[in-house]
Amino acid sequence: MADIATTQGTAAAGDQSRRRALMNFLQATEIDTRLLGMIGALAVIWIGFHIFSGGVFLTPRNLWNLSVQTASIAVMATGMVLVIVSRNIDLSVGSMLGFIGMIMASVQAELLPQYLGFDHPLTWAITLAIGIALGALIGAAQGAVIAYLGVPAFIVTLGGLLIWRGAAWWVAFGRTIAPLDSNFQLIGGGSRGSIGELASWIVGLVACAGIVLLIANGRRQRRRFRFPLRPMWAELTLAVVGCAAVLGAVAVINSYPMPVGLARQYAEANNIPWPEGGLFIPLGIAIPVLLALGAGIVMTFIATRTRFGRYVFAIGGNPEAAELAGVNTRWIILKVFMLMGMLCAISAAISTARLNAGTNSLGTLDELYTIAAAVIGGASLGGGIGTVAGAILGALVMQSLQSGMVLMGIPSPLQNIVVGVVLVLAVWLDGLYRKRIT
Amino acid sequence: MSETRTPLVEMRGISVAFGGLKAVDDASVDLYAGEVVGLVGHNGAGKSTLIKVLSGAIGRDSGEILISGQPAAIHNPREAKNYGIETIYQTLALAENIDAASNMFLGREIVTRWGTLDDVAMEAATREVMGRLNPNFRRFKNPVRTLSGGQRQSVAIARAIHFNARILIMDEPTAALGPAETEQVRDLIRQLKKEGIGIFLISHDIHDVFDLSDRVTVMKNGRIVGTVNKAEVTTDDILSMIIAGTLPSALARRMTQEA
Repeated sequence: MADIATTQGTAAAGDQSRRRALMNFLQATEIDTRLLGMIGALAVIWIGFHIFSGGVFLTPRNLWNLSVQTASIAVMATGMVLVIVSRNIDLSVGSMLGFIGMIMASVQAELLPQYLGFDHPLTWAITLAIGIALGALIGAAQGAVIAYLGVPAFIVTLGGLLIWRGAAWWVAFGRTIAPLDSNFQLIGGGSRGSIGELASWIVGLVACAGIVLLIANGRRQRRRFRFPLRPMWAELTLAVVGCAAVLGAVAVINSYPMPVGLARQYAEANNIPWPEGGLFIPLGIAIPVLLALGAGIVMTFIATRTRFGRYVFAIGGNPEAAELAGVNTRWIILKVFMLMGMLCAISAAISTARLNAGTNSLGTLDELYTIAAAVIGGASLGGGIGTVAGAILGALVMQSLQSGMVLMGIPSPLQNIVVGVVLVLAVWLDGLYRKRIT
Repeated sequence: MSETRTPLVEMRGISVAFGGLKAVDDASVDLYAGEVVGLVGHNGAGKSTLIKVLSGAIGRDSGEILISGQPAAIHNPREAKNYGIETIYQTLALAENIDAASNMFLGREIVTRWGTLDDVAMEAATREVMGRLNPNFRRFKNPVRTLSGGQRQSVAIARAIHFNARILIMDEPTAALGPAETEQVRDLIRQLKKEGIGIFLISHDIHDVFDLSDRVTVMKNGRIVGTVNKAEVTTDDILSMIIAGTLPSALARRMTQEA
């Protein structure tokens, strides 16, 4: 008896000291434990699907596809976070995507060719610029009604959901517009819309350099005011883990080769002899994935390093306090919706380019996936809380569930049920977690 | 108080109505540099509304505000701050989801030469001010939500005094505080007064007001009952002004004689 008690005692003590060591590690590295939890949940989902789908989930091919499929929602989720943080909601993003997509399709396939001819090298840029400007305009209009006329965002954007879906039909009276400009198609990440092996490695190395610079800069800043510094081992661990994750992701992406037909075309075009076993030419990171990562970085910068971002969070925490502190809250809210509209335009470009067509139903239900991604990523509908990185991870979780269930051959009505249950479950767990830490 | 000096603040004939209700009715108060004016009255007497006009949080229907004798255009909190008017609100007006430094610099952030937020510089400044106000304060990285009532109060006070206020409005500054912290705030008020800052002090605690103020203005039902020099009255006189809404007869007689 006594023996058992002692062993139990030491086991408990060992457990406790291990837990303390973990807490110390997390504290020293200042890692966001919530984000860590999400990455853990994602790992469980991935491994689960890998097992239950008979080993086809965690393959370079599927992960590459997953990255491309996530891009459109991920881009919009980075903006939805700020909308939700500011105590608002945007239900119109799916319809905006449809409308802006139709406009961009008709501009590049029907309007610009009259002046520039087909596949002019500038067509894609002009089209994208028009789309983003239109997104900004629509977003600003909705934002103005919300901020200056005081109509609740839920109502304004519910109206927007109907208005822009109707407008999308009106652009071509329900016609599908195709094909699109050949350069514009690259935005969708189709067969040619990737940057290749070497460029992917370069992107990875640049990202690593960025991680190291960020850590070094943080350290220099803290030294400027003689603040306590993080222990050197914590900094090194962060740098090594961050760089390893980036380079690991690039390695996985780069081990997905072009399909045989495409590789043969490529070989012919570049005068490479076609060997017996075929050629292994990695596609590399898809352009829409780069766009989503770029949106994530820019939006994280805006949310955490600019006055605008600080004000959005302050408004979400206490709108009255922000007003009393001299923040022009209405102007900030208008800008949040304008930004959301611009991100919708980027997503519209990705979705239409990927489909190689403009259709008026494009983006249907995307508003719900976008909101779900932001909320699973930790944005609180009460306002004031949320991260851009979390929203991107949330988008990845949603897409992983969907593609995983497709791979497992689960019928689509059941897929919807599972996604719905997971959404509610995730928010409930998050609420529990928050109560525990505060 | 020599009456030939120009007052730091003069509010003349201020009226504010909410719907049909006159929250402030033709109220006039003034404040000199280095002076504490206590503002007392029942709940709903119009004290908070009157000072919110000065801090730019609410607009006025009529009346004018003069700062150092010059008419001042104060229509929003930003304009009030430009005149060196800082306010500690009864509700504290903190965004609970962000940390102390972000709250302290809200609307007046320190930025780097690239225009980005200089959080480290803001934290350093916050540490310095809080070191004076509340030396035990350590939770610089935590959202304000996780702080105690007294700690939040010191964040709100730190925000008001950091930007070299000339005019300070304190609405129930000790309401959430324990005895030791209350004493700290009292010391702070005396020190700020010495530095030549004019202070409007609103408190339900008549003894608090009586201890710290040079003059006391009493309000009832949106009107000013009267302003008296503390040296010439007792707390009982002020209590009777609050309750009856008129100057005590002895005081009124003396004032008419002086006039």
